[in-house]
Amino acid sequence: MRDPKSLRRFYETTEGIVTIDRDSPPRVLFSGEDLLVEDLPVGTKVIYAKPPVQGLPNVKAAIRRAINQPEGCDPLHALLRPGMKVTIALDDISLPLPPMRTPDVRQEVLEVILPLLEESGVDDVHLVIAICLHRRMTEGEMRRMVGTRIFDAFYPDRYYNHDAEEPGGCVQLATTAMGEKVIVSRRAAESDLLIYVNLNLVPMDGGHKSVGTGLTNYEGVKAHHTPHHIRKSHSYMDPERSEMHRSVDRIGRAIDEHVNVFHIETTINNRMFDGPLDFLMKREEDYVELDRLKLHGMRAMLSRLPAAAKRKLFHAVPAAYEVIAVAAGRTEPTHAKILEASWKQYAVDVDFQADVVICGIPFISPYNVNSILNPLLVQVMACGYLFNFYRGKPLLKKGGTLILTHPCSDAFDPEHHPSYIEFFHRLLPETRDAQVLERKYERELAENPTYVHMYRTGNAYHGAHPFFMWYWGENGRQHMGKIIAAGADNEHVPKLMGWDVAETLSEAIDIARSIHGRSAEIAMLHVPPILLTQNLR
Amino acid sequence: MTDRPRAAFFDVDGTLVRTNIVHAFAYFAMNQGTILGTAWQTARTVLSIPLFLATDRMNRKVFNELFYSYYRGQSEDRLETLSEELFEEVLKPAVYPGTPRLVDEARRAGCRIVLVTGALDFTVRRLAEHLGADDLIANRMRFVQGRATGRVVPPIIEGAHKALAIRDYCVREGLALEKSFAYSDSFSDYPMLAVVGHPAAVNPDARLARVARAYEWPVIRTEA
Repeated sequence: MRDPKSLRRFYETTEGIVTIDRDSPPRVLFSGEDLLVEDLPVGTKVIYAKPPVQGLPNVKAAIRRAINQPEGCDPLHALLRPGMKVTIALDDISLPLPPMRTPDVRQEVLEVILPLLEESGVDDVHLVIAICLHRRMTEGEMRRMVGTRIFDAFYPDRYYNHDAEEPGGCVQLATTAMGEKVIVSRRAAESDLLIYVNLNLVPMDGGHKSVGTGLTNYEGVKAHHTPHHIRKSHSYMDPERSEMHRSVDRIGRAIDEHVNVFHIETTINNRMFDGPLDFLMKREEDYVELDRLKLHGMRAMLSRLPAAAKRKLFHAVPAAYEVIAVAAGRTEPTHAKILEASWKQYAVDVDFQADVVICGIPFISPYNVNSILNPLLVQVMACGYLFNFYRGKPLLKKGGTLILTHPCSDAFDPEHHPSYIEFFHRLLPETRDAQVLERKYERELAENPTYVHMYRTGNAYHGAHPFFMWYWGENGRQHMGKIIAAGADNEHVPKLMGWDVAETLSEAIDIARSIHGRSAEIAMLHVPPILLTQNLR
Repeated sequence: MTDRPRAAFFDVDGTLVRTNIVHAFAYFAMNQGTILGTAWQTARTVLSIPLFLATDRMNRKVFNELFYSYYRGQSEDRLETLSEELFEEVLKPAVYPGTPRLVDEARRAGCRIVLVTGALDFTVRRLAEHLGADDLIANRMRFVQGRATGRVVPPIIEGAHKALAIRDYCVREGLALEKSFAYSDSFSDYPMLAVVGHPAAVNPDARLARVARAYEWPVIRTEA
């Protein structure tokens, strides 16, 4: 039974949007590995994620049900024949963010299907992490993802990272009507059955994108990772309105014609934080004394730690995600079921567009798990992911101002992101034009033998990857009038990106108001946890 | 953007193989053909180790001159014959596991493969062939009437002269220096790394690792 005080706030605690009033508490925002507590102007609309959808009570039962009653094909056990060659592809460490608590859902899927394969007399089984041009996962990360028992049985000969640069390691299966090369891993192409075990974090993931991008090479992924495709995607979180997904789907359909693919797709809720960080899942209106204590304790600790220690601390805390849906079978019907569950978790209806949007940039992106969120990744979070977290109309009006909070330090991880360093310090000072960068330099870095070697033998992202990161922000850059980095610890990084700098968030808001007027509509995207605004008017 | 071809220049000792020029010399010293000869040359070499260490620390050029003087009087034929065995018994097993892949990747990128080393050319020629190198820039021993004089043809390929040799090579061959790559393990090769557009440290020593960190040069590991 709610007490009268809580009843008064019932509206606020159930709606996805809180409008700041004079007595509203300050908001908590990420600024990299720091937490800011900021008062926002009266009238600012703060958009919150939906509460986490209830997790499945028995994940393995759901997996068994999905593979026994698949979408559009026979059950998995009916597809198996003794002696057949099977490849199981797995999403890499970029999903989910942060990595989930063990057992990872990929481990749970494998624990269901590997005994089934064994009982069916299928011995030739390889587990391949579909990294495409992402960095190779380390031995420890690979062990964590599938559990010690599976790791010990398969690693390293039958459990490994896909190598997009292995000579002869990929084959071209076809060319689409639009001229896109359909290229996949030779092992997958030559398998009697390819099982793709995916984890959908956001609606951009999964479906044809799994095999079509995860198991291809530079030439394959180049078909749709271009400034042109991103400019025409509205947004790339909404596959139906994404030019990139249209290309991916054409490629995926061609793959399905040549390869026997069985998808096992999963998705999770948005329970990104719990325990000492559970206050980050709440609206500030709902904070109790203990939440405020946790917040101030956390801020006090973070203020005393160097950046590397803070990073270590955040990356060491796995997320408390729960699996909310599992589907299996043919690519498109399987993915449709998962997308439905994903939208149910993430979509927050909005009926307005703002002149100014404020976003706190967190410590993590898909490309810096256990590493630094370097300036290019700050850019991809702001202009790429956070801008594209919409369906229908973007949250920000055309020509509006995005305010991001992040120190934007000039720091790169030389082991994970060596080509980013060259991109940022050599190419970006020459031009920010994505099309010029693509034309003049993309292939040069993609074929740089040092980067190729570091990708193949170390834990480096491919030489082409920083270009894709820059393109990823292309539709955001085309849409936004101005970007202001609040709290940047230097001026040259934001300047190289073409951004303005403000020392504080309130100064950034003043700058934005000087452009859009005192009556400018201001919104704040309260992420993480992840949410996607849905404005279908 | 230039369309001129490019090259990948590789230091050898410590970069592609885990040996250095001393290993090669020790091999020759211990294979003199006669027991007395071997004993004398080995003892002479062992006794000179403190001198080698001191000069190496002081000046790499002086070290090289001193070191190569120990070859004086050796027969050219014998050195050539022993080089074949040196490759099979010493160099080939010492090639780092990651070396063939690194060289192949440079070749796939369209680079001309050039080994640049302070070692004597006859000691590394077979290694260059083995790795599929297109060219070799190395020190050359001066022979008179089939006998080593103990003097190399100047300039000695080391330190700053490696950079000069690379620059000259690119001019001569019409290669784009600014598009070329260089790989080394040692700080003594800083000039060679600095002269090209794309330097990388391979299994770097402590000083080179510091420089690589400071300049944000890629660091590659080929030992494993």
